[in-house]
This record gives sequence, C-alpha cells and structure tokens, in this order.
Amino acid sequence: MDKKCSDCDGTIVVPDDSLSGEIVACPDCGLEYEVAKTGSNSVELKPAEAVGEDWGE
Amino acid sequence: MTIEISLVYDRIRWEEKAISKAIENRGLLLRRIDAKELVLDSSKGDQEVERDLGSLVLQRCVSYFRGLHIASFLEAKGSKVINSSEVSRICGNKFLTTLFLEKGGSPTPKTLFTFSGAAAKNAADVLGYPSVLKPIVGSWGRGVARLNDKESASALIEMREDTNGLYSQIYYIQKHIPRPPRDIRTIVIGDELICANYRYSPEGEWRTNVAKGGRIEYYEITSELENLVLIASEAVGGGILGVDAMEGPEGLVVHEVNSNVEFRGASQVSNVDIAVKIVDYLVQEAKR
Repeated sequence: MDKKCSDCDGTIVVPDDSLSGEIVACPDCGLEYEVAKTGSNSVELKPAEAVGEDWGE
Repeated sequence: MTIEISLVYDRIRWEEKAISKAIENRGLLLRRIDAKELVLDSSKGDQEVERDLGSLVLQRCVSYFRGLHIASFLEAKGSKVINSSEVSRICGNKFLTTLFLEKGGSPTPKTLFTFSGAAAKNAADVLGYPSVLKPIVGSWGRGVARLNDKESASALIEMREDTNGLYSQIYYIQKHIPRPPRDIRTIVIGDELICANYRYSPEGEWRTNVAKGGRIEYYEITSELENLVLIASEAVGGGILGVDAMEGPEGLVVHEVNSNVEFRGASQVSNVDIAVKIVDYLVQEAKR
C-alpha cells in the first residue's frame, strides 16, 4: 500500500505483511513512520518516536 | 489448552516480526500489546490484569525504562514475564551488569566507576590508556568512546559533564582489551548456547556493533565459549540473552549482556532458527 510522506510528499510503500508498530521510512527524505493498522486493508502512518537515551538491545 | 503469549513491544523490529511468525506457525495464540498505548491501573487485581494482558508475557521493548517498568507491573500482578524485570534491570545497566558478572565468576574487563568528572579523570589515569568510557544505559555502541590518552580522556569527560542525561554523571571506565578487530555475539536461551558469530568492526571504526556497520561471520562454538557465556547468563539471572565476548590476551572475557537481544545479523549466519528457539523456550516456561 502506498502512502504519502507528510514532510516531503514522497511515496512510502508499506509492505502488505507489515505489522502495527513496524517502522517504514520515506525513501526521499528518510523521515520514519510507525505503521498503524486500522483494519485488514487499511493502514495509517504516524510519526515514529525519536531514538531515546535508554533505547537498545 | 492452547498457550497464549503476549508480546509487549514499542517498535516492531525484524526480531519481533520473526518471533510473531514463529508463535503463529506453532499454533499458539499471540496477543500483541503496544506499550505506548498501555494504561496500567495499580488497583486492578491479578485476574483482571491476566485477562487484559495475559499470564505469559514476552517483554521486547526497545526502551529500557519502559520495558523494565511494564515488566515490574506485570510481575507484581502475578504474570510471568520473560525476560524478568530483574534480568532487564541488570542487563539494561552496564554498571549493574559488570557487578553481577564479577559476582557470578564471569571473566569481565576491570571497570572503574565514578560519580563526578574530576574523579573520572583520575580513574582514567589509574586504569591507563587506552581505556573505554561507556554510558551505563543505552546500546548499539552509542556514546562508547575510547580514551586514547590523557588529553582525549579529559576532553571526552568534560563533554560528558556538560550533558544532562539521567545517568550522565555516573562514569563507567573500562580497561581496554587488546583484541582482534572483532568480538563474539552469542545467543543464549535458558541454559543453552544457541549460536555464535563474530562481529567485525567496519573500516574506520573500532566498535563492532552491527548498528555501526559491523560485519557478521559464523563462529564455531567451542567448549571454552560455551562455559563462559553460560556462566555469564546465569550471573545475570538467565533468560533470552545476547552475551558478547572478546578474545583478550588472557582468554575470553564477557563485556556485555543484552536482555532484549537483536538477532537479525546472527540469523544470517546461523543454522538455527533463533525465533523458533525463543518460542520453544516460552512454551517450556509456560508449562512450568
């Protein structure tokens, strides 16, 4: 599914098998979005959280 | 009765996706819980929490503090959390990891801790150069700096003094281990060493983190490595862990244990399906 980048209007391809919580990036400007599935065939993108000091593995 | 596993996450990485698929392929029930949307109610009873969030929880938050506190809540309400809050607490904090590795008899580089920049400069002098300054919280090699000499140590420590992170004024300075340009990442699940791989530093970089572009290569497990990482795993409380070792002049030493281990790189060179092994372990824990 294709979505538009809110920053640069680039086209972001969201894979069909993506899960809510997965991160996709705009190929044009690099802005990261978090996938939010709102139904079996509908996807919304919300801005991804910035990396925190306590992030890691 | 079919086992249900709750996966608590704040970001679905390659690993969470692989684990989700392995859970579903096994025919188990999977409940995905976005930590960012949780509202936890202290007054709720154990049964209510179990109904809402499950009794067996795999905690996979990228945020250390988020995961630690959610695990603590769930455990207080009677749920079983893997990795436990205690294991997360120890592994998410290098200061504690070092203490527990030492206590558990795991070889680990000598480390000095200070609580001011001035004391940190003295500690670097005592330890000698080069040595390694690490933030005690955080991962992927971020903020890890080699103190090559007194001058660079002073500059880096002064820069740290000017930061206002939660733990910035706790200084962790570790003896530098002269090693080949690589370290060894192992995945330990329960009491089993699942797989191991070399992580080579990329060109122009001394750190080996995959996040820094480190190259992965298969490592044939030896009994020396197995003994080492199983002791380290037990020292921090066990579970699903990424134990990192270095080849020092006096043998292998463990320098880090990750309780939210990323294994995408390891999967590229491993003969073992790590996600399936994780699910095997969860099933085993569910039956305990």
